[in-house]
Amino acid sequence: MLGPVLIANRGEIACRIAATCRRLGLRSIAVFSDADAGAMHVAAADAAERIGPAPPRDSYLSIPAILAAARRSGARMVHPGYGFLSENAEFAEACTAAGLVFIGPPASAIRAMGGKAAAKAVARQAGVAAVPGYDGADQSPERLAAEAGGIGFPVMIKAFAGGGGRGMRRVEAAAGFPAALAAARREAAAFGDDRMLVEKLVGSARHIEVQVFADAHGTVLHLGERDCSLQRRNQKLVEESPAPGVDPALRAELGRRAVALARAVGYVGAGTVEFVADAAAPLAADRIWFIEMNTRLQVEHPVTEMVTGLDLVEWQLRVAAGEALPFRQDDLAPRGHAVEARLCAEDPARNFLPSPGTIAVLRMPAAGTGLRIDAGFRAGDVLTPYYDPLIAKLIAHAPTRDEALARLAAALDGVAAEGIRVNAAFLARVLRSEAMRAGGVDTHFLEGFRAREAA
Amino acid sequence: MADIPVPVEITAAVWKIEVEVGARVAAGDVLLILESMKMEIPVEAPRDGTIRSILAAEGDQVEEGQVVVVLEA
Repeated sequence: MLGPVLIANRGEIACRIAATCRRLGLRSIAVFSDADAGAMHVAAADAAERIGPAPPRDSYLSIPAILAAARRSGARMVHPGYGFLSENAEFAEACTAAGLVFIGPPASAIRAMGGKAAAKAVARQAGVAAVPGYDGADQSPERLAAEAGGIGFPVMIKAFAGGGGRGMRRVEAAAGFPAALAAARREAAAFGDDRMLVEKLVGSARHIEVQVFADAHGTVLHLGERDCSLQRRNQKLVEESPAPGVDPALRAELGRRAVALARAVGYVGAGTVEFVADAAAPLAADRIWFIEMNTRLQVEHPVTEMVTGLDLVEWQLRVAAGEALPFRQDDLAPRGHAVEARLCAEDPARNFLPSPGTIAVLRMPAAGTGLRIDAGFRAGDVLTPYYDPLIAKLIAHAPTRDEALARLAAALDGVAAEGIRVNAAFLARVLRSEAMRAGGVDTHFLEGFRAREAA
Repeated sequence: MADIPVPVEITAAVWKIEVEVGARVAAGDVLLILESMKMEIPVEAPRDGTIRSILAAEGDQVEEGQVVVVLEA
């Protein structure tokens, strides 16, 4: 296989990629900003290159700095991890132009799935149902309002090029539509594109996504689904596989859709197709709609690894080096149940306020059979305001969902931190809650649970 | 009339300042928005008043407890 591998990321994902490189006998090179010179991910790799000052745009988001580090270190492959440059088509092209193998899909696939409307157009062509809505060329307020009426209120207005919640508005009734459209347009203008789409709002929704894997020889497989409905501020905190209520027939149907989309854009490597499911009724194929595709490894990929027994980073590396996937779809049925919790430096009691600072003490449970820990920080490390609050991921695997939830809750009981606040005790209570044990909670559940605790 | 110091509750970067010196604000109005750990965190006026001074600029790093605005109320 090709090597060495430059890991263009930090924290737990950089440590996790380095571990697989080591197991495969590939040399790994970490990159670090000035804030991360002593970080755990630097120690996890065989070598490390400084890429610039602490602000991400000057380091982890700087294409020239990353490419220069690759040149200096003699890297032949670049793994972007998640976040940062992982879904940046220009970065993928720049790596190729510099003679490096970008571990990810072709730039054309990143672009094809890069915008909300572009992705919906791909879905239409592939015959995959997207959330009902309008994303046409006639952008007059009259036409958009008429389309909203046709879809039925409540609706969401979303900028074609939006992100992070900007250029997005929920509209309850026709009377509020013109003002909401104007406000969303003003925000979207900052992205240089004020085109808007209108979508049906799924009031009570579950987030269900399908892991796909493709090689460069025409094989595209799916590795089952994950339920990522436990979120705060539209960010996931707990993920599991399989998803409660997804039977083999529905898994096969969602897998078929995900594979069709991956094929439609010439996908290669690991990717995730995200769906929204109506949570108001038992899951049904005709109440599940495509939203978008993430053209990279996901934070929550370990739950899929636990139930399939595959190392997704290993297969990313092998596929990037030109190997063919040796599996058949029938080999990939999930075994048991896996649940992941994201241990973050934040305070649930203060509405999940982040908690940067020095980790004075960090006690973690022992990893072992049925419990995996992907950590990015140790006692003594500093969590700076520059980067996200994820400290580690705890992943439990057991024959049944009940056992996996109990094992993960017990593992979270074993976490203790001083110097920063962490969400471990909160997540343990969530995992033991009646609603969570019953399964099928929606994307509002976690914030509601916190609010009820605070009351 | 009394000066009310408004401290930040988290170490962060100042992302946006939403008010000007002399502006009248009501309790709960957003004075500035911090960014820390990829999250936007609003700093709100603790009570009605007038902005007497702003002690930070956009892009500044501020420490937990640092006073960023003084309100006259």
